[in-house]
Amino acid sequence: MIPFDYARPATVGAAVASINKDATAQLIAGGTNLVDLMKRGVMSPQKLIDVTRLPLKEIKEANGIIRIGALALNSEVAENETIRKALPLLSQALNAGASAQIRNMATVGGNAMQRTRCPYFYDTVMPCNKRQPGTGCSALKGYNRMHAIFGASDKCIAVNPSDMCIALAALEATVIVAGAKGERRIPILDFHRLPGDNPAKDNNLQKGEMITAIEVPVNKAFAKNSLYQKIRDRASYAFALVSVAAALDIKGKTIQQARLAMGGVAHKPWRLTTAETFLKGKEATVANFQQAAALALKDAKSYGHNDFKLTLAPNTIVHTLKTLTGI
Amino acid sequence: MDKLFFDTNAPMADLDRVDGRAKVTGAAKYAAEYDLPGMTYGVLAGSNITKGTITAIDTKGAEKAPGVIAVITHLNAPKIPGYDEGTNPAKGQTGGKGLRIFNDNIIRFNGQPIALVIADTFERATYAASLIKAQYNKEAPHTDLVDAMKTDKPLEGQRYNEVVRGEKDAWKGAPVKIESTYIMPIHVHNPMELHATTVRWDGDDKVTVWEKTQGVKSTQQSVMQAFKLEEKNVQVNAQYVGGGFGAALRTWPHAIAALMGAKKTGKPLKLVLTRPQMFTLVGYRPEAIQKIAIGANTDGRLMGMMHEAAAITSTYEAFNEGLVKMTLQLYACANVTTKYNIYQLDVSTPTWMRGPGEATGSFPLECGLDELSYALKMDPIELRLRNYAETDPENGKPYSSKFLKEAYELGKDKIDWKRRNPEPKSMKDGEWQVGYGMSTGLFGAFRGQANLAAKLYADGTLLLQSAVSDSGPGTATAMVQIASDAMGIPANKIRFELGDSSLPPGPTQGGSSTTSTLGAAVSNACVTLKKKLAEAAKKSPVFGGDVAVESLDFSKGELSLKGDDSKRLSYGDVIKGAALSSIDVIENAVPNPAMQKYSAYSYSVHFVRVKVHPLTGVVRIDKIVTAADAGKIVSYKTAESQMIGGVVGGLGGALMEEGVIDHRYGRWVNNNLADYHVPVHADVPHIEAYFVNKPDPVLNPVGSKGMGEIALIGFAAAVANAIYHATGKRIRQLPITPDKILEANSI
Ligand SMILES: Cc1cc2nc3c(=O)[nH]c(=O)nc-3n(C[C@H](O)[C@H](O)[C@H](O)COP(=O)(O)OP(=O)(O)OC[C@H]3O[C@@H](n4cnc5c(N)ncnc54)[C@H](O)[C@@H]3O)c2cc1C
Repeated sequence: MIPFDYARPATVGAAVASINKDATAQLIAGGTNLVDLMKRGVMSPQKLIDVTRLPLKEIKEANGIIRIGALALNSEVAENETIRKALPLLSQALNAGASAQIRNMATVGGNAMQRTRCPYFYDTVMPCNKRQPGTGCSALKGYNRMHAIFGASDKCIAVNPSDMCIALAALEATVIVAGAKGERRIPILDFHRLPGDNPAKDNNLQKGEMITAIEVPVNKAFAKNSLYQKIRDRASYAFALVSVAAALDIKGKTIQQARLAMGGVAHKPWRLTTAETFLKGKEATVANFQQAAALALKDAKSYGHNDFKLTLAPNTIVHTLKTLTGI
Repeated sequence: MDKLFFDTNAPMADLDRVDGRAKVTGAAKYAAEYDLPGMTYGVLAGSNITKGTITAIDTKGAEKAPGVIAVITHLNAPKIPGYDEGTNPAKGQTGGKGLRIFNDNIIRFNGQPIALVIADTFERATYAASLIKAQYNKEAPHTDLVDAMKTDKPLEGQRYNEVVRGEKDAWKGAPVKIESTYIMPIHVHNPMELHATTVRWDGDDKVTVWEKTQGVKSTQQSVMQAFKLEEKNVQVNAQYVGGGFGAALRTWPHAIAALMGAKKTGKPLKLVLTRPQMFTLVGYRPEAIQKIAIGANTDGRLMGMMHEAAAITSTYEAFNEGLVKMTLQLYACANVTTKYNIYQLDVSTPTWMRGPGEATGSFPLECGLDELSYALKMDPIELRLRNYAETDPENGKPYSSKFLKEAYELGKDKIDWKRRNPEPKSMKDGEWQVGYGMSTGLFGAFRGQANLAAKLYADGTLLLQSAVSDSGPGTATAMVQIASDAMGIPANKIRFELGDSSLPPGPTQGGSSTTSTLGAAVSNACVTLKKKLAEAAKKSPVFGGDVAVESLDFSKGELSLKGDDSKRLSYGDVIKGAALSSIDVIENAVPNPAMQKYSAYSYSVHFVRVKVHPLTGVVRIDKIVTAADAGKIVSYKTAESQMIGGVVGGLGGALMEEGVIDHRYGRWVNNNLADYHVPVHADVPHIEAYFVNKPDPVLNPVGSKGMGEIALIGFAAAVANAIYHATGKRIRQLPITPDKILEANSI
């Protein structure tokens, strides 16, 4: 870890000003991701701007939209009564992530910004285009069991590790950011990006911007019928091999509307729009779920160690929908 | 000679851990927690390449960094006198020469220390270490066992010769037979406590070391030999050890580096490994690929077995262990062939890890037996009973004790084995497939030599001292319990002191032998104490002169005349009456020579019930029952905890632990506890541990056998067998993660 300066601004304006002024400055919230990366030498900010004292912790509902401050803790959001009632999918996804201790430190903004867990990104010696552009992707032909099956490029096959963001993708949340020029609203699905030729960039947050809140629309039908399923190598405290966030608006046996997003499969939360379209107006049957899952996997591609995800991913979609509908 | 004192009908003693409070309140101090005035901090920088030589090393940046006191590399390292002679610690413990730190410019494995940076704070030393820049002459790394088996020759020598008992290929002619290959990855000990060495030199030839070690005496010897010091000038302390599992059985190069660094600067130094360094600098369980073949008659009697193992070691040491031994030892089978191959790769040296050898070897053996049971359509327990060894198949010797049959019965009953439908893939619980599996574990029951001091004071308290470490099992608790039973003194009046090399020499804690070895010393010391008490009691009018020790009862913590307990005297009064301040005994307990006529093993039988989710491949262990023949249980709580801990380790090995090296670079990819998975609470069901609790009458006077290793040995096989029973999928590669379940073909 390199020596660094530390500042603790009192206002969002001051925090934004600091990261605009100083190119080597970086925000720190719970530190559960950033400090690890600094210890491993993967990230080396020369100045840390501690945002944890900013007044951005509130969770409140207004006009059918729940606004969650960027500094609300993962555990606070997961246990919040409003969230548990109106957005149970989000609560489940948060509780499926990390450990109780980490969730007590981790913030919503930090969670959305957390970096990939690709082991080659985490090691400063082996090549990685995300860490050191142009050096190559070690995972492509290396140990890629945890890696992407959707939307990867030959420059990077890493996945976004967040559970929270998978639920947010299914719920069509909006990320609110503050920058030097004021506030900007980014739909969650446009927030993270695919690696393409520039895997160093995880998301579309611009230099000098910070997340101030996340807004999630409330949908009563989804609140009644949603489920987050995470398949992992141990019962808790492990990143997803794959995960599925599902929300259904269902009348009788007929699906009016479906929302499906997957984690552990892409560089960003992966919405299964073709499967959703297919399920609209269909009966909730295992055969339909299987067909939807097959459609969802149409463009999937695996890289060796992660071949199993081509089976696990559709199976988990089916399993989630079966569990959700009790079929 | 040992003398038996235990009462075999007494209930199992159930003492709380004597060090429990200190551990949970943080009062217990570990090697890294000693803060000495003027302390400096050492951090090791590691090699980025796997094989080659250092051509240049730039330490200027590090030397100029704030707070840096010294930087040591192979270019300026002080000479370690012991390195020249090839004595410990550089001598390989099972062949070859240990890594001589900073002794040359050759890189033998990725992460090999290339520099030690010493600074006034840990953070500054860490930063400066990141500034060390080496240039290398790099060679292609060779770390893949599968490749090595194709291209390399395994090491040769007596240890690696084929062993043929009876007829060589007898299994091939059997009417029912199986032949399979089993794969086990690297497992890493990963105790919670990081390895740490704190050193203070007092002049050039006197040193005190606080070290994470399973043997204060063996560490003392290593330091003496390395630096050519006298025994009285080397003090090693390890009052508390936060888990070892074998990783703290030897003095590793980082400890020598710490000693070297502190000597060079003349300041006390603390060196704590990082978690990634725990994967490369303190050993691991070697990866192994093993072939097993078993042939049986249609009645289940074994006609022949073949077990061939291939495992990895470093290029500089030939680490070997008994991978194939259990196949020779467990079952009555006249025709057994074994072969053990090790391949030298560009990796650091492996070391013993809980259940060394057998934990690996039992996986193919006990899965192979399970495969055979299905081929025979015979209950797997019945198959084992049909081949039950009444004498040691290796040498025909009788067992000093063997209650494996009783353990099978005990476990079978507690898991409710009769509910198992023998047909694989036949049992369900909702969506989940349900399966039952079992396996056997075996480990030699050993006893070494131990010295012990016992002091019985006039206030009735008893002090016991021996230079052993307790890496976790609760050694002091068991010893206090033994003494309490022997002397009738309440446990809270007995203190056991350990972890200090100046105490009477005790054994290194390994091979499940501490309770046997040290328990014997405690027991014998109590016998001597009683004699001395009887002798001292002569002066008291209560017994009216001479009184034979045999006619005295000690069970109530006092001397009383058998048959007339109105004649009684407290220990304190005896001691005071004889005008003494204490009665002292120095005991040197040695193995029982009668053991030469016997074979001795501890046994475990593991039963598990699993649930497998067919769509997602998720495995949940639903219930675990483990039954052991570990001789007399001297301390029930610590024994139960020991079994439970071993089983949790076994569960990790079965379902999630896997050390991964990227063979293109020879570099670790999961050297941290986020990616190297060990079980979390949610993975671990309620574990029931049962003991046959019958004393071994020969091995030692307390009747105990070993327990630490058998707790884990065989467990992975029980899980794999249960998964087969649940799913019809025979998974022969650990860990059994969801991908393997999904990709395996069903029967
Ligand atoms: C062992 C382990 C296991 C884990 N398992 C899981 C898991 O299973 N599932 C899962 O989803 N997560 C998991 N996590 C990740 C965890 O969720 C994240 O580390 C956490 O959410 C990050 O939040 P933080 O506040 O600590 O962020 P920090 O570490 O403080 O910051 C992370 C990044 O976000 C930036 N940042 C922080 N706040 C803002 C803001 N308001 N605006 C813009 N940028 C900001 C920082 O500059 C930094 O780059 C795990 C972490 C660990 C260490």
